Amino acid sequence: MNLFFQLPVIIQVLIKGIAVIAVMFPIAGACSMAERKISAWIQGRPGPNRAIPFWFAWVPILGPIMQKLGAFHLLADGLKFLFKEDLVPGHVNKKYFIAAPIIAMIPALSTVTFVPFGAYIDVGGQVVPLMLANVDVGLLAVFAVSSLGVYSVILAGWASNSKYSFLGGVRASAQLISYELSMTLAVVPVLLWINAPGTAGTMSLAKAVEFQSLPGFWGGAWFVFTMPISALIFIICLFAETNRQPFDMAESEADLVGGFHTEYGAFKWSLFFVAEYSHMLVGSAVFILLFFGGWNPLPWLPLSQFVSLIHVAQYPLVVGILSIGIFLTKVLFMIFVFMWVRWTVPRFRYDQVMKLGWQKLLPLAIINLLITIIAIAVIQR
Amino acid sequence: MAVIKLERKPLTLAERSYLPQIVGGLKITLKHLFQPKITLQYPEERPAIPTGYRGAPTLVKDPHGREKCVSCQLCEFVCPPRAIRITPGEIPADSPNAHVEKAPQAFDIDMLRCIYCGLCQEVCPEEAIFLQNVYSTTGYTRDSLVNHKEDLYRMGGTLPDEHYKWDKKKEAAEQGGGHHG
Repeated sequence: MNLFFQLPVIIQVLIKGIAVIAVMFPIAGACSMAERKISAWIQGRPGPNRAIPFWFAWVPILGPIMQKLGAFHLLADGLKFLFKEDLVPGHVNKKYFIAAPIIAMIPALSTVTFVPFGAYIDVGGQVVPLMLANVDVGLLAVFAVSSLGVYSVILAGWASNSKYSFLGGVRASAQLISYELSMTLAVVPVLLWINAPGTAGTMSLAKAVEFQSLPGFWGGAWFVFTMPISALIFIICLFAETNRQPFDMAESEADLVGGFHTEYGAFKWSLFFVAEYSHMLVGSAVFILLFFGGWNPLPWLPLSQFVSLIHVAQYPLVVGILSIGIFLTKVLFMIFVFMWVRWTVPRFRYDQVMKLGWQKLLPLAIINLLITIIAIAVIQR
Repeated sequence: MAVIKLERKPLTLAERSYLPQIVGGLKITLKHLFQPKITLQYPEERPAIPTGYRGAPTLVKDPHGREKCVSCQLCEFVCPPRAIRITPGEIPADSPNAHVEKAPQAFDIDMLRCIYCGLCQEVCPEEAIFLQNVYSTTGYTRDSLVNHKEDLYRMGGTLPDEHYKWDKKKEAAEQGGGHHG
């Protein structure tokens, strides 16, 4: 541990960053398997359950379980994408065609920098968030960087030089831009609440969690209870921003073949895929942090109280792992909700998407903002 | 018939927000998530074949173990894709079945040609060929997809016989000396 802290700061940051990506990338990959399994279960099928390396079949109990869960299909998928011929069709704009999936990965993996994923309690009894960069721009940076993802979609759609891809790209970009407004307006009440007049202003997500771990009835309430409309608008916009059903205008395989990635295959396609799941992960993480109490196990039961209840408060490592575990569980449940909704709500038509975004959600977000501003002014006066 | 005009009620706010409906849908999908899966794990689990299923054509024996085909070649002639090829043969005089007219020396059904129409079964005067429950025909070569006589009898097995036509004929010949005696 001391050895780690003696390293130059830049190397420390690099190691931490790589560690986070090394966790996130496989989770994003595993989400694709979870997606296939949950789709199958909801449809009354067992899902992928065949692939197993012959030597792993000899492992007594674990082998069949892993096989039933389709764990090796995940490996097989990944390997297939890696070793498949990486085609670049002749009719595309090569430079941008290759750049698009790379550009998709950059915002998908860099937003995680500003997202706290756990906390530990230092010697002073202070709850310290675990994150790569605890900067004050926090949430603003997440929004700013993740909205760059739209460039990869436009670029992929345009560089593919195909009608389906182009339509997919245009739809996706229009949708992403439309819902970004409501999404940002939906979180403003939260930021207003945690930045009481006279205190140092911050947009750090860790601060939002801190405000959900205060003592007392109103202090311990997660923001989903105090600002349900904001939470609702945010989650709807999150579905739209991550191009998930019922808002998967970008793909809509029924009318656009595959949308913006129609012309992509092999590893480049899988990069888009991982980027989409990373967006989902980070989006869910932000949602959990803002509205569902982050790493607090239950409403009105903050982490600091929880760890002293089970007598581990003096071990920072245990508290850290525990908080990451709680947080990750919540995020993965959110991912499950994404998949669950996918098989429940049919895809909206394009005009319905636009109507919902501009005529319903945006006014609702503005009204919600105004009402909360008044309420906050009355309460915090 | 009188036309009944129905008043279309305006949707309530809850209905227009979709949310109660989405929650209802989520409940249904969650229920399905935990329901038992209905997929048949094919190579390990086999489907139950209903009676009257028209699988691959097979040759059958009667309960005494006699091959029923007398190689009249009607099926060969009726077969629309000409999948059947029969080489007729004599039955040796010392055989217990010597009273039967003929027997096929070779009986080949090319499953690459067969269209499972069942005309061979329909036309057979001896009830010797049946389309039974063999539903999976696979092979690595064209030759392996030609069912020879022994394959056909293995797949066909024994079916009950109501007539014992040739035994009755023999009996009649021994007693009365003529076919209709």
